[in-house]
Amino acid sequence: METLLQQILNGLVVGSVYALVALGYTMVYGILGLINFAHGEVLMIGALSALTTITALMGVAPELPPLMLLGAGLLVAIPTCMTVAFLMERLAYRRLRGAPRLAPLITAIGVSFLLQTVAMIVWGRNYHTFPQLISTTPIQPIEGVFISPVQISIIVVSALLMFALVTLVNRTRLGRAMRATAENHRVAALMGVDVNRIIALTFVLGAALAAVAGVMFASNYGIAHYAMGFMPGLKAFTAAVLGGIGNLAGAMLGGIVLGLVEAVGAGYIEDFTFGFLNSSYQDIFAFVILGAVLIFRPTGLLGERVSDRA
Amino acid sequence: MPSEGDTALLQLDGVQVAYGAIEAVKGVDLMLFEGEMVCLIGANGAGKTTTLNAIAGTLPLAGGTIRYRGEDLARLPAHKRLKLGIALVPEGRGIFTRLTVEENLRMGAYIRKDADGVAADLARVFDMLPRIRERLHQVAGTLSGGEQQMLAIGRALLSRPRLLLLDEPSMGLAPLIVEKIFEVVQSVREEGVSILLVEQNANLALEFAQRGYVMESGRITLAGSGRELLENPAVRAAYLGESD
Ligand SMILES: Nc1ncnc2c1ncn2[C@@H]1O[C@H](COP(=O)(O)OP(=O)(O)OP(=O)(O)O)[C@@H](O)[C@H]1O
Ligand SMILES: [Mg+2]
Repeated sequence: METLLQQILNGLVVGSVYALVALGYTMVYGILGLINFAHGEVLMIGALSALTTITALMGVAPELPPLMLLGAGLLVAIPTCMTVAFLMERLAYRRLRGAPRLAPLITAIGVSFLLQTVAMIVWGRNYHTFPQLISTTPIQPIEGVFISPVQISIIVVSALLMFALVTLVNRTRLGRAMRATAENHRVAALMGVDVNRIIALTFVLGAALAAVAGVMFASNYGIAHYAMGFMPGLKAFTAAVLGGIGNLAGAMLGGIVLGLVEAVGAGYIEDFTFGFLNSSYQDIFAFVILGAVLIFRPTGLLGERVSDRA
Repeated sequence: MPSEGDTALLQLDGVQVAYGAIEAVKGVDLMLFEGEMVCLIGANGAGKTTTLNAIAGTLPLAGGTIRYRGEDLARLPAHKRLKLGIALVPEGRGIFTRLTVEENLRMGAYIRKDADGVAADLARVFDMLPRIRERLHQVAGTLSGGEQQMLAIGRALLSRPRLLLLDEPSMGLAPLIVEKIFEVVQSVREEGVSILLVEQNANLALEFAQRGYVMESGRITLAGSGRELLENPAVRAAYLGESD
């Protein structure tokens, strides 16, 4: 029983990160019908730019409290990622609007490689230790169940950000314009909406969430690396498809469900396979789910068809 | 009646619009004066919708000029034309089906900062379209065709347009509803809004409008007062279902 509870808790932590990143995929898909495969790299740039900031600050002002260091890291990571996303939309995707579907998809993969390569040049090929500024020492809220302060922070911060985003999209004038644009660019323009601006903003908002996700991800595992965005990016994409791509609630649900399946599955994978696979194979779940959703329920749990547009 | 010396509210000179290699509009001249209601009639595929979209700014010109109050609109994107007072109720209504009725109306007032003015205009729209008020919190996709058309018109009015472009507001609607919609259009016009109306229902349109243009395969082939066109044998034969 404690093991299951523990796995659920672990799943919630990872799932929250997937959910944040999945929101970026789903918002861009909702407004452009584009799967921005480079979105995972934005997470990586968030983590590494925060790392650089924190390391530099620790060098000049080692007496700064850890939370302030982390805050400074975020303060640099968020605008950096927003700028990267803004540029990728402006320079790559905008000119491909209305092009055959394959073109933006291939471009997205290209942008992804480009960002990874630039990151490799800037930050090198090595794994970096990411300073764990929030304690990773677990506490035991229930006998036999462990959770660390950094994990608690991840769940809380993710929940707050998701709440803020959903409020923005559903309750504000800007959010209304985003939803109207997602439904019909031409008519939104007829209402006086600057559609290009709304699309840019969608990319930038998704990037801000990915930046935070990147910093939390790196804080949790204590590692950052130029290729670290690939796996969570793919998982978050899976989560978005699982929830129903284009649908905000779906992305969040998909993220959490995927996190839970992975964590619980990892706990039992040895039993299931009679010891043939162990918990280091937990990534398998995401891809089994992705395949199964695309075959059996391409609309995902809550959303529209993906195969028509992607 | 407008005289030659006045500046037109809207003036099209040799307007051409193409979809790739297909030339849909091949040199249209058209004028509309402040306070006028002008209609544009023509068969399917004549280029009426294309012309309206070019005026609203959702399609680029391949040639010619569109002037609004003397200003060339060429470089102005659609969302800025609305700020000048040009609103289009598009063909097929263009309702945001996933938004509520109220949210659709708020989108109509998107460019406005005067909350009080918007509230007052909303009240006027509700007076004009009582059915809309009853369905305020419904998702707009659940409305009937007639209600959606009313909503589309109400939404356009919330931007306080000076020139309202209407693309076949009667399309696919029962005669009784069409009558109601034309009553609304009439009252909008009485408030001083200039109207350019595209209609398949030429009889109705020509009766309401002061002047009309007839369009055929991308060109204006006839122009005149509503009455003249109604009495023109060629128009009667082609668009009013009469044979001579
Ligand atoms: N998106 C498009 N791509 C290519 N050709 C188009 C497109 N839209 C319209 N056309 C063509 O342009 C011409 C003019 O079309 P338009 O829709 O302006 O006509 P219309 O007068 O509004 O017709 P209707 O009465 O059927 O609405 C037609 O030949 C049509 O086939
Ligand atoms: Mg048409």
